[in-house]
Amino acid sequence: MSSELLWYLSRATGVVSIVLLTVVVVIGMVTAGRRRPHADRATIAAGIHRWLSLGMTVFIATHIITAVAEGYVDISWLSVVVPFTSGYETVWIGFGAIAIDLLVTIIVTSLLRHRISERYWRGIHWASYGLWLFAIIHGFALGTADQPILQGITLACGVVGGLAASWRVAVSHADTDRRQEIKSQEWV
Amino acid sequence: MSNARAVESELARIGIDRVLCTGHGICARTLPEAVALDEWGYPILATDAVPPADAKLAVKLCPARALFLR
Repeated sequence: MSSELLWYLSRATGVVSIVLLTVVVVIGMVTAGRRRPHADRATIAAGIHRWLSLGMTVFIATHIITAVAEGYVDISWLSVVVPFTSGYETVWIGFGAIAIDLLVTIIVTSLLRHRISERYWRGIHWASYGLWLFAIIHGFALGTADQPILQGITLACGVVGGLAASWRVAVSHADTDRRQEIKSQEWV
Repeated sequence: MSNARAVESELARIGIDRVLCTGHGICARTLPEAVALDEWGYPILATDAVPPADAKLAVKLCPARALFLR
């Protein structure tokens, strides 16, 4: 495959990855900050959150492999996981590496969720917000810098994710609300 | 009789941690034969014996990790 094709493939999978990641993160926030039980929607949301997060790794893996394999710019295998070691765009590739490290940690701890304590799993899962933010910055700063449409997609993902995060912060905890609600009901 | 027992032994047994449960209601949709929801959205078990594959899926999808295999 020509180097140029790899470069375009890397960009394309990068943009798809940021969209899928945003969907997964937003659906996770919807599940965590839900207002009341919506059994049907909650089930679909949980299913999408679980399997899309695993499915999107195919796009992210392709994004990384093509970016490294493409020989025009200097991105080493080491710089995929160790931040700020890339010759090309040291800072922004470094942000991508941080996002990858967080992603791997979050996926591994989630697959092993039944073997680790809920507190640790939850603590680590909060890093998803950081992961998403680093990925957005990484995508906005370099991958799509001279392509208005691709840049627009990343920006839209940033706006949607930002709105969802604000909503997540603003809503009071659904379970606390419901306990209050039930407590205020009369005993029969 | 022995046949019925053999079928029963192939079923998985589920349990609910009532402290962890936050009433997402996902188990009632993944295990409709076994789980109903009360008026606040918390699960009521009609039976704890369910097909193992369904049980595994339901356990994986429980956001509160409240559903477990016995």
